[in-house]
Amino acid sequence: MTGTLLIGVYVFVLASFVGFEIINKVPPTLHTPLMSGANAISGITLIGSFATAQTADPTISNILGGLAVALATINVVGGFMVTDRMMAMFDKKKKKS
Amino acid sequence: MSPELLKNIAFLVYITSTICFILGLKRTTKVSTARSGNRLAAVGMLLAVVGTLIELGVIDDYRWIVGGMVAGGLIGGLMAKRVEMTEMPELVALLNGFGGASSALVALSVVWSEVVEVATAEQTVAELVTGGAASAVTIALSVIIGSITLTGSVIALLKLKEKLNKGAPIMLPARHMINAVLLLAAVGGIGYLGFVAVGPDDVVVAALAVTAVSLVLGVLLVIPIGGADMPVVVSLLNSYSGIAAAMAGFVINNPLLIVVGATVGAAGLILTQIMCVAMNRSLLNVLVGGFGANEGADLGDQEYHSVTSCGPEEAAMVLDAAESVIIIPGYGLAVAQAQHTCRELADEMIKRGTKVTYAIHPVAGRMPGHMNVLLAEADVPYEQLIEMDQINGEFKNTDAVIVVGANDVVNPANTDPKSPIYGMPILNAHEARSVFIIKRSLSPGYAGIKNELFDYPNAMMVYGDAKKIMQQMTTELKEL
Repeated sequence: MTGTLLIGVYVFVLASFVGFEIINKVPPTLHTPLMSGANAISGITLIGSFATAQTADPTISNILGGLAVALATINVVGGFMVTDRMMAMFDKKKKKS
Repeated sequence: MSPELLKNIAFLVYITSTICFILGLKRTTKVSTARSGNRLAAVGMLLAVVGTLIELGVIDDYRWIVGGMVAGGLIGGLMAKRVEMTEMPELVALLNGFGGASSALVALSVVWSEVVEVATAEQTVAELVTGGAASAVTIALSVIIGSITLTGSVIALLKLKEKLNKGAPIMLPARHMINAVLLLAAVGGIGYLGFVAVGPDDVVVAALAVTAVSLVLGVLLVIPIGGADMPVVVSLLNSYSGIAAAMAGFVINNPLLIVVGATVGAAGLILTQIMCVAMNRSLLNVLVGGFGANEGADLGDQEYHSVTSCGPEEAAMVLDAAESVIIIPGYGLAVAQAQHTCRELADEMIKRGTKVTYAIHPVAGRMPGHMNVLLAEADVPYEQLIEMDQINGEFKNTDAVIVVGANDVVNPANTDPKSPIYGMPILNAHEARSVFIIKRSLSPGYAGIKNELFDYPNAMMVYGDAKKIMQQMTTELKEL
């Protein structure tokens, strides 16, 4: 038990450094799309919500879990689609010029 | 297949998914690869979902998962399709709130399934949950951070829409004291929920109390912050929702959630820092809030004395003679949906041999990059958009500047140590030979202060709706 926790903390710290390192220089043009894309990725909590909605009974835990699935999916689907819409406008620019 | 084999397959899928996310995020930081980066991240998400379903194996019932995903997918898809480009920041804030809420719900759901629905009278959360004491702590953290993200994002959304006190800060008396007490209560709630509350009834009360305190805290933390700082707040809350997801990962012991949550949390924090630097403010300064509320500050003279105004015809005559014109767009351009009209005006001037560029202030609009997105939608060539540092030296050699719906970003009061915007980098519009400011009235911008530019002798107000005025200017220009 303690072992998995320690590995979890280890992974958490290393992953934080990865996050710090990938975002170093971002042109201001991309601040909003990047924020929006990162926001879609934070909808990863979706996979966490699966674990909490596994049985049919309408217990409180299942209802909360189902609601978590729905909200996370809105975050993920809406987030990626809207980011794609923003980025499509830069794409179009490049083809024309 | 044996559960062991399924677990191994899922593990491989998780690793692939993580790689997609990291490469995707990396690619999103460059214009040329941004779109493919976002799609790569979406593939990562799909893999994450598939991997999780593999790891779970055949479960008792899929109705909640499938139902939730279908409903959520439809709602999310519709929102993304329908939203106007101008309302993008609001949508990001809302989606972010949903993500935070989801993390909080995952933790609460575990509280119910592993504790409330099975506990006997003498057991605490820490004794019952699979992960023991560590899970008890991370459950509470997930609930707290997720809830703060939810209500904080909703308040940010309302501020962006100027629904809440017109976006101005709301200062409660003794707000620092109230926040400190609530924060202490939330921290105390971690211990109480995890280790003190025994039996289903106590745990329910504790869980609801922690949730309620955190929801209130989210509201109170954001209301004293001015609307102009909302981009930073949304970005920070975005970072929070990543951390909340990582906490949820600890709760259900899922490494992918921990990795991705932590990566996004850190990336969000860096992005927040980049935005703060662009606005020349410190993060602490933003979070303490009250910018624009002018708490007892000496603002000096807030009246205008020598404002001149003119109509679109006169402006068109100057523009006709100008050799170089710089357009400074702001949030007003987004509100008036005038990006296309703006490009038509620019095209007309270019046709007459005028050199036209756009000066983009890092925080013009409601989010950094807001103007770029908006003008890109109107097919304005990317090369015509110039960033602040590159263009600031050009103003003194420029014949005319058109300020469309921007205000604080061209206020020369930034050199006055007494001004609330002292030190904020501005576009040096006042150095140009003539400046036309298209604006409905002399009302102050987000910072809530007078714009000294309006009193300058070379500045002329053109009152009215940005779209109409620019249409008239284009028409006048064609007739000259």
